[in-house]
Formats: sequence, C-alpha cells, structure tokens
Amino acid sequence: MAYKRHIDRLPIIPKDATEFNVTCHYCIVGCGYKAYTWPINKQGGTAPSENKFGVDLSKQQQPETAAWYAPAMYNIVRQNGQDVHIVIKPDPDCAVNSGLGSIRGARIAEMSYSRARNTQLQRLTDPMVWRYGQMQPTSWDDALDLVARVTAGVVNDMGEDAVIVSAFDHGGAGGGYENTWGTGKLYFAAMKVKNIRIHNRPAYNSEVHATRDMGVGELNNCYEDAELADTIVAVGTNALETQTNYFLNHWIPNLRGTSNDKKKAEFGSEPIEPARIIFVDPRRTVTINACEIEAGKDRVMHLAINPGTDLALFNAWLSLVADKGWTDKPFIAASTTNFDKALAANKTSLDEAARITSLTVDQITKSAAWIAEPKQGGARRRTMFAYEKGLIWGNDNYRTNGPLVNLALATGNIGRPGGGCVRMGGHQEGYSRPSDAFIGRPAPYVDKLLIEGKGGVHHIWGCDHYKTTLNALKFKEAYKKRTDLVKDAMSSVPYGDRPQMVKAIMDAIKQGGLFAVDVDIVPTKIGQACHVWLPAATSGEMNLTSMNGERRMRLTERYMDPPGQAMPDCLIAARIANHLERVFREASKPDVADRFKGFDWKTEEDAFMDGYHGHEKGGQFVTYDRLRAMGTNGFQEPAVDFRDGKIIGTKRLFADGKFNRSDGKAQLMETQWRGLEAPGKEAEMKKWPFLINNGRTNHVWQSAYLDQ
Amino acid sequence: MTRCKPVIAIGRRRFLAGAGGAAAGAAAAQLPVKPAKAAPVTGVNYPSAKLANVRDLKIDEPLNVAYPDADAPGVLLKFGKRVPTGAGTDGDIVGFSTTCPHKGFPLNYVSSDRTLNCPGHYSRFDCEAGGLEIWGQATQNLPQYILRIDSKGDIYAEGVDELLYGRLSNVL
Repeated sequence: MAYKRHIDRLPIIPKDATEFNVTCHYCIVGCGYKAYTWPINKQGGTAPSENKFGVDLSKQQQPETAAWYAPAMYNIVRQNGQDVHIVIKPDPDCAVNSGLGSIRGARIAEMSYSRARNTQLQRLTDPMVWRYGQMQPTSWDDALDLVARVTAGVVNDMGEDAVIVSAFDHGGAGGGYENTWGTGKLYFAAMKVKNIRIHNRPAYNSEVHATRDMGVGELNNCYEDAELADTIVAVGTNALETQTNYFLNHWIPNLRGTSNDKKKAEFGSEPIEPARIIFVDPRRTVTINACEIEAGKDRVMHLAINPGTDLALFNAWLSLVADKGWTDKPFIAASTTNFDKALAANKTSLDEAARITSLTVDQITKSAAWIAEPKQGGARRRTMFAYEKGLIWGNDNYRTNGPLVNLALATGNIGRPGGGCVRMGGHQEGYSRPSDAFIGRPAPYVDKLLIEGKGGVHHIWGCDHYKTTLNALKFKEAYKKRTDLVKDAMSSVPYGDRPQMVKAIMDAIKQGGLFAVDVDIVPTKIGQACHVWLPAATSGEMNLTSMNGERRMRLTERYMDPPGQAMPDCLIAARIANHLERVFREASKPDVADRFKGFDWKTEEDAFMDGYHGHEKGGQFVTYDRLRAMGTNGFQEPAVDFRDGKIIGTKRLFADGKFNRSDGKAQLMETQWRGLEAPGKEAEMKKWPFLINNGRTNHVWQSAYLDQ
Repeated sequence: MTRCKPVIAIGRRRFLAGAGGAAAGAAAAQLPVKPAKAAPVTGVNYPSAKLANVRDLKIDEPLNVAYPDADAPGVLLKFGKRVPTGAGTDGDIVGFSTTCPHKGFPLNYVSSDRTLNCPGHYSRFDCEAGGLEIWGQATQNLPQYILRIDSKGDIYAEGVDELLYGRLSNVL
C-alpha cells in the first residue's frame, strides 16, 4: 500500500531566510537547487511581505509554481550547532533543470541527517574501531593513529604495492574536486599506490577509454545541443529515468518542436523541424514511450538489436554513410586521421549487420538516413550521439565505443551546435588528482589481487565491493576470511596496548590477513569486514565542487553540519597523511615522513585551492567566492578567463576542430566485429531466453546508497 | 499517457476545473464557507464536506469533486470490489486529489487500469492502492481523501492524507 506522511502543512520560508546554492549530488545532471534555512522558532507568513516568494500563500498556487515545496523538500537539521528549518527546492533559474525536481533530487532535504525528525540516522557519526569483538566508537586521533601505524607497518615491511586502495573518482556525493584531490595527493603524490581501483569497477580505468584514446573527451557538448539537434541517437541509455531533467528539460522540447525558435536563432535559414530520435536498445524503455507520445511514432525509431551487437550496427552505418557520400569531407580532412583505413577495416554490409543485430536492412538504411542524409538545400544534418551503460558496460566495450565516435567524426558532429558524441553519465564528475600514469596499462585487477591474498592494508573510500564487484560472492568469501584473521588477532590483545595491537595485526597480515579501513557516510556491506570506519561528510555538509554532464561546474555550499564528528573526505585524507608523517618521523624515517608534508589543510577550501585551483586547466580563474557568485548556473569547464566579475567557460569542446592528441587530430579507430567477446557469453545467450537487469530503478537511481 | 499540453495553455480555469469541468463547481457549492484559519497548531482542521451520494457513483466512472475547497479538484471513484483504503459498505469507494503532486498538472483517469495519469511528466498513480505512484517524479503518493459515508449514503470528505500541490497548508 501507498505510504503516506500525513503532513498537511509545512512551515513557510520567511523573507529573511538564508539562501544557499545547491547542486543535486545524486546524478550526473546536477540540477540546480536552493537551500533556505531559518531559526527553529521563526516562520514566515502567507502575506507576500512575510515569505521568501513575495506571493500570497493563502491562495492556491498554479502548476509549476516556484512558491511551493513538497514535504520531501523540508527538514530540520543542525547548522552551526543549532537546529534550523531547511527547505531544499529546485531552482527555476538554473539552466539545467529550470525548476524541475526528480523523485530523487527533490528528496535531498528528507534524505539529510536529522535527529529531530529521525531521517538518515544510519549515518556514521563517529570513528569506529574493532574492539573486543565489535565496532565501537572512538576518537579521530585514536582511529587515525591505528590506521597510520598499520599502514606504515605495511609500507615498511611489504612496500607500497601492499597498500591497496578503492576510491571514488567522480563528483557529486562521495567525491568532488576537493575529495578526489585529497585522496589523490595522498596516494599518487605522497605515496605511489598502483594497486588502486575506482568506485564501481575492479581496476583504475576509464569506462570510456576508447573515445579518449581517439582524442575525443566524452563530455564534449552542452545540454542545449539536445534542443538543437535534427536527430538524436541514443544508445543503451534510458534518459527519462537516469538523466531525468536533462531529458525532460532539453530533449522533450526538441521532440515537441518547442525549441524551434532556438534553432532559428542559431541556424538562420537552415531548414529546421522537430527532432527525430533513434534508440539502440534491446529493451523498450519508458524513455522510448515518452518520445513516442511527444514526437509521434513516425519520428521515433527503436532499433531493438541483439544485446551486444552495437558495434556491427555502427560499422554498417559508417559504411553506408560513406557509400552515400554523406560524410563531412572538409572536417575529416582538417580534423581527423585514419579515416580511410578505419573505413576499409570496418566495412560491414547491410546484410551482414542485419544478420548480426537482427534488425532489417530497411531499419539500418532508414536510420542511417536520419543520421546523415543532408537536409533540404544540402545542409549537413545535425546529429547528437548519446550513449551510456548499455554500450560502455556491454560487449567488447572499448572497441564498441570507438565506431560510434567514428561515425560522429565522419559526419562532422563533434564540436558543433546540435551535435556531440557524449556519454550520458552516472555521477557528476569531479576528478582532480596528480598523474596516475605510473599505474600503466592494463591497470592492475585489484579485486583479483584481494581474492588472491595480495596486499596488507586496504583503504576504501565510498566504495562497496560486496555490492559492486564481479563475482561478488567469491570476493566476499575471500575478503571475509582475510579480514577475520585480523579481527581475531585484534581481539586477542588489550585494545589500549597500541604496540601489541599493531604487532598482532601485522602478524595476522603476514599470515594472509588484511587490515581494512572504510571511509564512508553510512555503514556499508563491505564495512562489515572492516576494522576501522571513518565517518565522512557529504554534499551540503561541506562546501563541494563538481561538474555535470555538460562540464557545468558549481559550488554546493555547506548548509548544514555533518553528523557527529564526520569530516570531509579531503580532510580525512589530510589527517591520515599527518598521522603517517608523524609515525614515519617517530620511526626515524624523515625522508619518508617528508613525503607526507603539504597536508596542513584546515578546510575543504584549502584542498580546493591546492588541487583544482592550483593544478587543473583553467583552475587559476576559479575560486569559491567566484563560484558562489556564479550561483546554480556556474560555468562550463574549462574556464578560460575571469571577466566583468564572471568566470568565462567553454560551451562545447573541440569547437575549433582541434582534438586531444599530439597532432591535434581525432583518430578514427579500426574496430572489426568479433562476436560476443567474453568467454562463454555466446553459449549463455543461446541457453537463456531472458537477460535480467535490475537495481537501477527510477526511484533510487544514483541515490540507493542511502537506502542500505 | 497522452500528449502533454503546454503548461501555458492549461490556464488557471482549466486547472481549477479538474479533469471533468462543471461537476467541480457543483460539489464546491456545498462546502462550508469558513475556512479554518491558519493557527499555530500541528496539522489543520479539515471541513466535513458532502461530496456526493453513493447513488451518484457508477463503477469506474470518475465523479469530479473538489475538497477541501473549490480550488482543489479531485475525484470520487467506485470500483465494485473492495480495496484496502475503500469506504462504504462494499469498501470500494475512494477519493483523490487530481492535481499531480510533482508539478501540479491535472491528472487524467484511465479506467482500464484504474490509474490517474499526468500529461506533464508521465507520473502514474494507482487508485486501487491508495494512490501509490507506479512511476513518476513526484516525491509523494497521491493525496487521498478520508471519507465518511452516512446511513443515507451521503459521502463526506473529512481530511486528506498528504500535502496538496500548490499550497503549504491543505486548508487555506
């Protein structure tokens, strides 16, 4: 049955409530919100002079009003030690969402830590250590001393390769520029940890290496391009559920034809009409359904290919487009290399592609025309290519990414209005770290190393292998065994005797044990096996910067206190570094200790200035004060200037036709079809009638971590 | 789902009239005129408002009403089978707000699966399951009326179980 809150009235935001910039930290889209806080013993009134909106709240408000908030947008939280009312509501002035809130983002307030209203009480509030058979609260100094002594012991006895790290690399919650820099400086500068992996995958590698290797950064367009495109090609992405307000606010207007004025303004006399859209997806999704309602079935093409056969379709598209003479020859000549070789190597006939994908020749031919057939008068068709997990986590994914980028390049659709070849994304991005080049390729398969008994200490930052690794059961079995060895050793000595405790742990490690430290905001599944939990702050409990799927960087201001003793990850990393420096110095290793200098940050802003401001492209133009002034619209990275009080950004990457390779040209990739590449997949596919995919539903996409 | 109309075209009158138009005004006429004044209490005092008589209801035919005042369109439904939150001797009568709790668009009733559906952003609510959001972007399930049916078969609404869209107090 339906859950009901039985809330029939909410406190009114008073005129003088404090206002904060907020970017939703759940998904890549990064919708703009505003947080309003005011003292617990005050409230606004219905008269226009008495509330933040300046409207008469004794009247029913209209659809899409800014002067309303749902119970999910309200809470009572701590701010500077005091309970305050808080409302976090979508910002109508943000270009990303224009006031729209999804079922996830519109719950930011309700999903915040509140002792007064009992929300998110699962949050970690204190450092916890394994003591006498259970996790018990302790001080930061005690927990960090233990972490530092065991980590230093492992480095001493086994080398830095025995320090295994799992860490977020993204933005939004559990990440952001401050926190990726804090962890990056610790593991890539103070140490050179090569056995490190990224939050949702068992190694330290990109999900979209191919496009990067080709010189085409994957977030190369802007959300407005979805309003300007003649055709959108959506591969393995279900945007209505997983980039909800990007889809609703930027794709739908184009499908409805309500962005035609924008097109006219941008393209002048070029023929325009409402968009067509092609979906490449074995499944029929709610996104397809919505597009059919808005654009009509004749403007929506669903190519329900055999799972994993995208590559063959992309190659056939390129072959046909080249045969028809629909390529952008001047662009290919000026901005790409390897076109002829890739075209020859990837040549795929319509019949062959039809056989592999189970599509008809007619479907492939018609979709190719939607993508690349010149418009009336010969104008180039503007096509935007968008892809996500269906491609990047699919069959032969590195090589499947390549031919889609090939097609986008061949049709001149990168760096131009209405184009782009982009991943849709999961989290926001927020990567700022010293170089990871020393890790090399292929990056170590970290989860396999852990299963095989390698490593002595494991630092985990906002990751949960128990839920997200391959063969999780096998991993859990091995991991539990190894960490139990250390737990039993810890239980065998008095907790207060630190030298004995460290010795017992080191002895257990040398017998195959593993000491595990989990930094997170909630107790995780892998946390069950860990010996130390360190409580982290999340977005809104610290100042945090990230960028969204169109590289739009914003600062979410700290509007509430973190729970208990929780701290921003960047400061936790800094304090680990401080303790390691002390421990190495005590052990008369001043040269090693010196490597841990430079972590004297007091605030997350210190980490930001050291990291993003000091090291990232365009970072010199970006400060907290400037970002605050840029509000929920921020700017699009990279920053290129600061002028008239504004950070000047970059609307589209590669608009000058120069790409990220040494010769400035994008390189097309040779990618012949080689079947279902993973061993056993072909047989599996034949044996089972259904492929079950679950977990990422509309309600909890990118916020399920708060629903343990 | 049906094609969405631009918001601007909906207009205040269409919005207030709810899905079916004239019936809303008729029902509203029977509401008490004196609204509960916003008082410093938790919760609001709801009016008891006669919305219809059971004889007015036909199975799967929505009857447009308004509650707790004329500016809050809603619907009464009779299913012909008992549902968990149903009122009446057969436990098959329910009433809901027809304003989408996501962005305030008027909901349309689809009798084939007994749902209320939003043309704005495709949210869907299950009328047989207390207004459960089957899919959508609202952070609330659909506000349902607390109904009382007297011995004459008159149906009274006496409360709402969620905050109504567009008002920070259910009783203005």
